Amino acid sequence: MPAAVVTRDIHKHYGRTRAVDGVSIEIETGEFYGFLGPNGAGKTTTLEIIEGLRKPDSGEVSLLGLPPWPRNEALLPRIGVQFQTSSFFERLTAREQIRTFAALYRVRGRTADDLLEAFGLADVAGTRTERLSGGQAQRLSIACALVHSPEVVVLDEPTAGLDPQARHNLWDLLREINAQGRTVILSTHYLDEAELLCDRVSIMDGGKILRTGPAATLIAEYNAPTRVSVEVRAISLDEAGKLFPDATLDEQAGVLTITTHDPSAVVSELGRRHALAGLAVRGASLEDVFLAVTGREYRS
Amino acid sequence: MTGLGPIFRAILLGFSRDRSALFFTILFPLVFLILVGGLFRTDGIPRSKVIQVGPVAVLDALPADAQREVAGVLTITKADDLTGALASVRNGDVAAVIEQRGDEVLVHYSRADPTSSGTVRGIMDSLVQSANVAASGRPARYSVRGSPVQDESLKQIQYLTPGILDWAIAVGATFSGASTLVIWRERRLLRRLTMAPIKVPGLVGARVLVSIGVALAQTALFLVVAMAFFGLRLTNSWWTSVPLIVAGTLSFLSIGLLAGAKAKSIDTAIGMANVVVIPMAFLSGSFFPLSLAPAWVERIAHALPLFHLNSGMTDALARGSPPMAVLPELAVLLGFTAVTTLLAIRLFRWDDA
Repeated sequence: MPAAVVTRDIHKHYGRTRAVDGVSIEIETGEFYGFLGPNGAGKTTTLEIIEGLRKPDSGEVSLLGLPPWPRNEALLPRIGVQFQTSSFFERLTAREQIRTFAALYRVRGRTADDLLEAFGLADVAGTRTERLSGGQAQRLSIACALVHSPEVVVLDEPTAGLDPQARHNLWDLLREINAQGRTVILSTHYLDEAELLCDRVSIMDGGKILRTGPAATLIAEYNAPTRVSVEVRAISLDEAGKLFPDATLDEQAGVLTITTHDPSAVVSELGRRHALAGLAVRGASLEDVFLAVTGREYRS
Repeated sequence: MTGLGPIFRAILLGFSRDRSALFFTILFPLVFLILVGGLFRTDGIPRSKVIQVGPVAVLDALPADAQREVAGVLTITKADDLTGALASVRNGDVAAVIEQRGDEVLVHYSRADPTSSGTVRGIMDSLVQSANVAASGRPARYSVRGSPVQDESLKQIQYLTPGILDWAIAVGATFSGASTLVIWRERRLLRRLTMAPIKVPGLVGARVLVSIGVALAQTALFLVVAMAFFGLRLTNSWWTSVPLIVAGTLSFLSIGLLAGAKAKSIDTAIGMANVVVIPMAFLSGSFFPLSLAPAWVERIAHALPLFHLNSGMTDALARGSPPMAVLPELAVLLGFTAVTTLLAIRLFRWDDA
């Protein structure tokens, strides 16, 4: 099967800012693909170039085997997009909103109603979009992007600003969309989201892709230490320093964190000393990979 | 024009639920018309009030039809107390006090209001002169016959209705042109729509059609109210107001488009639209005839689309000019639209980035 998206060395500069600085990727058909990075990493601009909203300064893009720029009307019905801000008509209800988009694609109103149902929005179908909660508006926005059954779905930070419950609901929906055989491309600044949802992740910073691969592979490649934390009253900083000379120690807000490559030894030693109050063990995550490849803390 | 139907529906539905837009485009101008229409219900200059003290032969002996004619310009009340009546003149409550001493008719008036006291003195003068002529027993040699130049049924309302209506259309179209663009850009709806298989003429056409529809609805409502309550009489060429309204709406939309093309926020866009609409309303003679304004105001007015719409609409609704008479105004409005739209397109930005 041909790739859904191919970009070769695309660049986009705004004055001196290199928003996208040489991005080359290949996204397979049916893949769940994520762009991970802090704000300003170049994720949105990369997505907009893939969608055909922006023309890259240089480089090649193909979407479903066709160039997305200039605006290609044959391509538009095959892709569905959702932007960071929900883009709705004013003062329309959820149902009127999605039916308007359905009509733009010449899709029957029934299909739109079914989608509302599937996205758990049937109860608020008669509510104006201005009065929807953040999670409901986000779901409606994605439902509007799917109303014409696109082959490729591009979502820009779909869970930004949602509460944890709404995020989990949305994750389930996104998995389902992908399970229907659609290619899903999303950007996120949540590490856990990329780790949980995506088949492959590209870590972006400063307009460049630093690493690409399945989250598990990226984490394994990087021999990351484990963090063991306990309350400081369980064991003092000096004591811990003597016990674990190879580990890095850090004390913050009454919590002592021992970063080590040998977590079992550390935990059993702490257990022997009955110093397990407030114990938390955190394995390596994408955050550590990010720290390793950029040389700085991840800040979303 | 792909996309025209669904987008037209969406905008119209949104407009019909926008209470403040409905208020400012439909209800507020209508209230304005009712207030002003009620104010000018009595035609022309308000009648002067006078007090008659004691018998005054030239007034009392008038035949019934002449009395009616005098009543059209003077409201006469009778009183016996001269001192009290003179106090009323001093206060400015009445224009004059009239009494008769022997063969002399005395008009007490205040210099503070030369217009109405002049009117009263003029009337009394002519009444006395006609009485003198009648007393001489010879027929009058000269006579005056009034002949109104305009339509005989012409009233203030014929001028006011087009003025206020045009202003209402200008406000509605300018603001919707400015705000639609900015709101859609702010909300990224414009970008979202470019991702759907629609065509730009469909998108723009939908906005234009809604505005034209709203303007025609405003017109119908205005004419019905003015006809039902204020005695507006439509001339035979009233239908020429339809192409005028369409061209006028286009020109105001283009002003809004120009404001919205550059404005960064909705507040800026509304502000810019206000800067244009408010002075334009006064400079274009929507609320008072431009003949009262200095010459330089008239020169500015000729550059404003509202002036040309007003002038065309007065032709169509009040003067009953032949349909061809509005063609120059139509041409000016469409030309204005073309220039402003081109300028707006040059300044247009798809997004804030």
